[in-house]
Amino acid sequence: MSSKKTVYVRLKEGVLDPQGVTINKSLKQMGYDDFISVKFGKFFELEVKADSADIDRKIKEVSEKLLSNPVIETFTVENN
Amino acid sequence: MKFGVVTFPGSNCDYDAYAAVRHVVGEDVEFLWHQSTDLLNSDVIILPGGFTYGDYLRSGAIAKFSPIMDSVIKFANSGGKVIGICNGFQVLTESGLLPGALIRNDHLRFSCKYVHLQVANNQTVFTSVCNKGDVLKIPIAHGEGNYYNFDGDIQTLEDNNQIVFRYCDEKGVLNKQSNPNGSINNIAGIMNKEGNVLGMMPHPERAVEKILGSTDGLRLFESLQVAFSKISIGG
Repeated sequence: MSSKKTVYVRLKEGVLDPQGVTINKSLKQMGYDDFISVKFGKFFELEVKADSADIDRKIKEVSEKLLSNPVIETFTVENN
Repeated sequence: MKFGVVTFPGSNCDYDAYAAVRHVVGEDVEFLWHQSTDLLNSDVIILPGGFTYGDYLRSGAIAKFSPIMDSVIKFANSGGKVIGICNGFQVLTESGLLPGALIRNDHLRFSCKYVHLQVANNQTVFTSVCNKGDVLKIPIAHGEGNYYNFDGDIQTLEDNNQIVFRYCDEKGVLNKQSNPNGSINNIAGIMNKEGNVLGMMPHPERAVEKILGSTDGLRLFESLQVAFSKISIGG
């Protein structure tokens, strides 16, 4: 059986997030004055082959090398 | 002296760079295909502007794994001259050849216009024919040119004189109004510590003939010509 992993990529604390700021401005204009801030991020759903070995290490590796840019982003992995 | 211009899927300034070098600067130049690993004995590699791999994931993030980039990284690490323009600058930061990252413009819009650049460092192979503080008029065309790095790393860039170009007004004054994307310290172009890898968001290859609105981009190519004529004469 295959398994699923989700990698969440977020901007590091302190990195300018113009998209998040703009989304929050738009929310305010829509009348939702409830949010102190909005952070924009992305996630990747990885469907893992059943016979795959050492997958946690590999996911960490690809998250560092490709899915995130360690200069500006952090990532977390979730098992689904 | 020979230039090599890399063509990635989605590069769209490769012909501009090629034409500027061949027809205006008058030096030898060849295209380098992204699937190849052969730099064809180029003295200077240009990573041109465009939208490599559709800018999927992050600008430049996929291009760094192209076969040609293995050779470019080896070439750069052994002192070879590399220039990344616009998307090429993004490829250089993603590859780790230059520090920092280029994030979304602070105003979220794609900016396509002429800007002014202050030559912040003229003691480089890319700017030696300029005086420090010279103002160059060169166009930009990007949505993600907002140079970001941590405070400590920005200080390191400043201390090592790695900042080559800064956005300024036409008189050379650095201010917020002349910063087109929100870059820290008005940074428009930086080089590595060794001084052989340059990344810049503005497009010098688009400012090489009067009819284009400016010839200031030529200064970069002329500086390289000077550097290479010295190398070939003096060794």
